[in-house]
Amino acid sequence: MISLLIRRLCAASLLLIILLPVSADAACDDPLGCVEVGPDDPIVVGAMLVVSGAINYLGEDTLGGVELALLARDYRLLDREIELALEDSLCTAEGGQVAAQRLAADPTVAGAIGTNCSSAAQGAIPIISESGLVMIAPSNTSPSLTNDDIAGGGSHQPGYFRTSQNGLIEGKRLAEFALHALGAQSLATVHDGDPYTSGLARAVADTFAELDGEVVFEGAVNKGDTDMSSILTEIAVHQPDAIYVPLFEPESNFFAAQMQYIVGLEDTIIIGGAASFSSSFPENTGDAAIGIYVSGPLVSGDAYDELLRQWQEEYGSDPPSGYHAHAYDATNLLLDALESVAVAHADGAITFGRQAIRDAVAATEDYPGLTGRLTCREDSPFAGDCSPGTALAVFEITEAEVYDDNWPPPIAWNFAADSFD
Amino acid sequence: MFKWKTDEFSWVDFTIDVLRVLIVLGVVVGAWNTLSSGRITLAQWVNLFAAGLSQGSIYALIALGYTLVYGILLMINFAHGEVFMAGAFSTVFLAEAFNRTGFLNDQPLLAIPLMIMFAGLVSMTVAILLERVAYRPLRGSPRLVPLITAIGASFFLQYTFRGLYGSGFKAYPQVKILQGAISLGGINIPIVQIFVFFSALALMLCLYWLVERTRIGKAMRAVSENKEVARLMGIDIDFVIMFTFGVGGFLAGSAGVINGVFRPQGVNFFMGFIPGIKAFTAAVLGGIGNIPGAMLGGLFLGVIEAIGPNLVLAGLGIPGANQLKDVIAFTMLVLVLIFRPQGILGERLSEKKA
Repeated sequence: MISLLIRRLCAASLLLIILLPVSADAACDDPLGCVEVGPDDPIVVGAMLVVSGAINYLGEDTLGGVELALLARDYRLLDREIELALEDSLCTAEGGQVAAQRLAADPTVAGAIGTNCSSAAQGAIPIISESGLVMIAPSNTSPSLTNDDIAGGGSHQPGYFRTSQNGLIEGKRLAEFALHALGAQSLATVHDGDPYTSGLARAVADTFAELDGEVVFEGAVNKGDTDMSSILTEIAVHQPDAIYVPLFEPESNFFAAQMQYIVGLEDTIIIGGAASFSSSFPENTGDAAIGIYVSGPLVSGDAYDELLRQWQEEYGSDPPSGYHAHAYDATNLLLDALESVAVAHADGAITFGRQAIRDAVAATEDYPGLTGRLTCREDSPFAGDCSPGTALAVFEITEAEVYDDNWPPPIAWNFAADSFD
Repeated sequence: MFKWKTDEFSWVDFTIDVLRVLIVLGVVVGAWNTLSSGRITLAQWVNLFAAGLSQGSIYALIALGYTLVYGILLMINFAHGEVFMAGAFSTVFLAEAFNRTGFLNDQPLLAIPLMIMFAGLVSMTVAILLERVAYRPLRGSPRLVPLITAIGASFFLQYTFRGLYGSGFKAYPQVKILQGAISLGGINIPIVQIFVFFSALALMLCLYWLVERTRIGKAMRAVSENKEVARLMGIDIDFVIMFTFGVGGFLAGSAGVINGVFRPQGVNFFMGFIPGIKAFTAAVLGGIGNIPGAMLGGLFLGVIEAIGPNLVLAGLGIPGANQLKDVIAFTMLVLVLIFRPQGILGERLSEKKA
């Protein structure tokens, strides 16, 4: 009796195993499979952002952008509720890996916004790509992330897109700014080994040298270093006119604060990266931050003003950093892509082909975003780059940012409007 | 004859001797190359030395906690770095409040000692609780047991404070009176570094006075020498041990505020880990269990860390010398353990203590 029951159970299981893929194939012909949303289920959008740690302000900033984009659609798409699955990607490769694994393990996730940090993206990209998902990063700038040449240090894989500017573009512009606007003839660069900081430092140094400037020192600090006197003394030996330091906080705070005590660097200009483009940078650095230039996103226009108004209404404060508009655009790109590839079924279910989502995002052309006209490129080293790279400026920190909580600082150079000619 | 010679010859001793010669040679060649090149000016060397001395003062204050506890219990309290963090992290909020009200910059000579007292009391409380809850029940257990417990306690404290104050970084406000530099013969020395060194020195002298000149100090020395005899003399061993933890904690908390004045940024729940390890290195360097040794070890480590990369490593042509600062610190630890396990001022420990 029992053996008969076991035989029947085995037969039924075998039948299920044979029939299930057949039924799935019948519903989905996408080469990467489909995301199926049941008749009463929400559409799940993932987010891999920095929720904790030293730069959680960046996660807060971009999460606000994502939420406002969802709010603009009343958290609904295709008559379904949109559910946001937020994962903390930290600002490390391991954090990105864990966040991507969690999203990839959830078959209901249709796509993801993130990561914030390029290092986290390096951990997330292989998993997101392998699982057939799509990720649109709002604040990654490392050139390697959109470079297909894996052997040459690139880490781009299908499914990765970003709305933030490529570091190659930012680096070129900052080198031009240092040389032409500040009149610096010699430059030192300092990074911390992170793909974001090293990519930018490399791009700035290369362009500065191409423009006949002299790169006198290229060095690095360790993440977690608090004593910068050794590297600052070494830089002082080379007497550069300017130092490009795209470090994250708190290393950028330590660097700027300790530089004032180093003999030989009294007149040297510091140019920081977007990682220091936060009100916490002048607050934590103090007097030493005055006169420092930092690059950062610059978005303007009526639509952006409306976003800021909504932000005030929703959160009762100003955005803590400058990538909320990029996150807003990234979310809209993803939602529009989902909308365009959705297949509705008779039973009320919806399916999204994973490859179709990727193709739809990749096909973005001249999209009117808050950060400019977005067109997603396929050519390496810009594969997956959707930003026009125009929403960028250099700001100069003044006493108002240090003592009066003013933010953002006054613009020293607007790359969209100012010319070096 | 030959047999006698092979008995005397030891490959281990030979390797250590070769290593010793190579290290001395490397230091001499590196330093010679750097100094003869004249790349770094005297003013810059003084800057590095002063920064190293200040950092070393902070290491020394933390190292005293390690050495006091080791002296009395023969255990390494690996959670001591977190005791330092507890005071520094808690006091950043008081410092912010003092700054907001203007008290910090209007009355810095009152505000800073108050901050030091507050941090010291927070760290003292944490250290005493640690001893009472985590270590006292394990007294008499094999030495590995409290050591592992200390590592666990270290993580527990880190994540407790992360839960209390969050995972973001905070910064101490600037103290205006300590900004700027004093010029001595054309060489500028930052005022804050002078403040750090002398505050730390004052605290170290207070500790020395406490241990050498007071009744409780005498009791601490007695317990350190022989607990059973001390008990027979009527000394409350438990109280003395708890007091020792408290004193070590107070010094660590004070070091937290002094560190906050010196390098205001980077205050978070993880900030005690590296200084804790460095201070342990300093304590071993000076001779663990020896109070002047911990002070000297801390100052020595701070200076070596500050000067070593530019003086020796850069002179040897090693790229990214500044990134190897920690390597210098921990190489010092290994070298001390190989060549002089008792440390600079330490004595060879008896079989019972070793």
